[in-house]
Amino acid sequence: MADDLTIDELYEEFEDLGDWDERCDYLIDLGFNLPQLPDEAKIDPNMVHGCQSNVWLVAEMKPTEPPTLEFIANSDAIIVNGLIAVLTALFSHQTPERILMIEPQEVFARLGLERHLSPQRRNGLYSMVDRVRQLAVEAATNSS
Amino acid sequence: MSDSHLQSPFDVEAVRRDFPILQKLLPKGLSVTYLDSGSSAQKPQCVIDKEAEVYENYYANAYRGVYRFGALVDEQLEGTREKVRQLVGAKQTDEVIFTSGSTMSLNVVAFGWGRRHLQPGDEILLNEMEHHANFVPWQQAAEQTGAVCRFIPLTDDGRLDLSRLDEVLTTKTKLLAVTGMSNVLGTINPVKELAARAHAVGAIIVVDGAQSVPHMTTDVVEDDIDFLAFSAHKLYGPSGVGVLYGKHELLDATDPLLFGGHMIDRVYRDHSTWAAPPAKFEAGTGQIAQAIALGAAIDYVSNIGFEAMHEHDRRLAEYAHQRLNELPDMRIYGPHLEHKGAIVSFTIDGAHPEDLAQLLDRRGVFVRHGHHCTMPLHDLLGVSATVRASFGVYSSLADVDALFDALQFALGRLRLA
Repeated sequence: MADDLTIDELYEEFEDLGDWDERCDYLIDLGFNLPQLPDEAKIDPNMVHGCQSNVWLVAEMKPTEPPTLEFIANSDAIIVNGLIAVLTALFSHQTPERILMIEPQEVFARLGLERHLSPQRRNGLYSMVDRVRQLAVEAATNSS
Repeated sequence: MSDSHLQSPFDVEAVRRDFPILQKLLPKGLSVTYLDSGSSAQKPQCVIDKEAEVYENYYANAYRGVYRFGALVDEQLEGTREKVRQLVGAKQTDEVIFTSGSTMSLNVVAFGWGRRHLQPGDEILLNEMEHHANFVPWQQAAEQTGAVCRFIPLTDDGRLDLSRLDEVLTTKTKLLAVTGMSNVLGTINPVKELAARAHAVGAIIVVDGAQSVPHMTTDVVEDDIDFLAFSAHKLYGPSGVGVLYGKHELLDATDPLLFGGHMIDRVYRDHSTWAAPPAKFEAGTGQIAQAIALGAAIDYVSNIGFEAMHEHDRRLAEYAHQRLNELPDMRIYGPHLEHKGAIVSFTIDGAHPEDLAQLLDRRGVFVRHGHHCTMPLHDLLGVSATVRASFGVYSSLADVDALFDALQFALGRLRLA
């Protein structure tokens, strides 16, 4: 289910969820269903540093018109994988220019997950966002 | 719940009532199971009251005013200094320095003593179970002085391998830095023996007492410890304050790290001279109310007694090992119970420590996960992170049961049970 999840679908899902316990269980479900990165992609250059769990992230430019980026990321922690599902739903299938305009903290606040995305928390999501933006900048530079 | 031989030697329920935070209920009526005392301990009401007493009744800067508030603050601070002297068994109060915590204390030794006395080719003897605060300052001191860090090998069960100490402790060794109790493995190190062996080759010994001082009797004279660091906040006292104990003659031979008010003897246009210890190491306005309230914390634990607390820890650790080992794929790190204090670090195959910690939190069970500021140790253990349950004077056998139940819940959520 995480594969084609859109952020609007996530808004709908989260609206029906109650407290953190329910959100957490849903994130675990998302985490278990997250598309897997092949082991050969789990290498140091793809690693997002600043995380307590290991996170690997790769981006692929899709030949859509205009070209869009797809992100695949995995962690060895399940709840982080759930949060990754939210982030990839937010950033994937967008143009680099559009990606750079997204304010993920607002989205996380709307989903009731604000405490999981802040520069102070070292679960690496913020580092992941930085990496996504960096990859988007590189993609935008290469295509221009 | 448990065998009677595991019951604490003191009334834990009465102790728990002294800690207001443990009476709080979390949403859904969950009670708090605080198992992160190794990180920072909770505070009894008497400590909270003491800090407030200072601000409400006689707060002023320390060592400055002759007016009565100033005098009262000085008297209270010196009262705490005397309590610390008794706590660690020091000969003189001027061997007790207030710092911001263990990290600061160890940095004072690494740079104040280390930079002055270490020469190229000298050796600093460490080991891989040290907290970064008793590891990185020595790396830095070595880099700045040309000294070299060497390591006491660890046994497979996480103790210092004393049978191989002679390989690394030589006349080149100028300093041996060691923790009194590992913050991950719980290993209690034989500091008295290490001190004797270090002194035999002309080295000094620096003990990181952050974990050991709150949990067992400390005697710097009996053990012949040269420097000892600990933090108030792990001793049920306020955050932001700690202690460096140093033998008088060594403090005289140590340079201050911070310069400014109070540490001065005389300032001339072109140079300055320093006050005698402890003032020499207490530049600037310190943590006044916090240091005073540390005295209340020392009174509190002394009243329970360190022998009793150590026994309490031993029983908790035994019960924790017993219960946790009921879980499948449980791996507890560190030595046999007879060599350790009340710290239990573990992993469960297939469960990431971060997931476990988050899921335990949902049951009101607060543990720490990660590398616990011991990356070299985790490299040695071959895991990037562990979950750590660490106990305090208020921890009960029921807390261990709560941990067990919460772990079962977590494993269910992670589809491992």
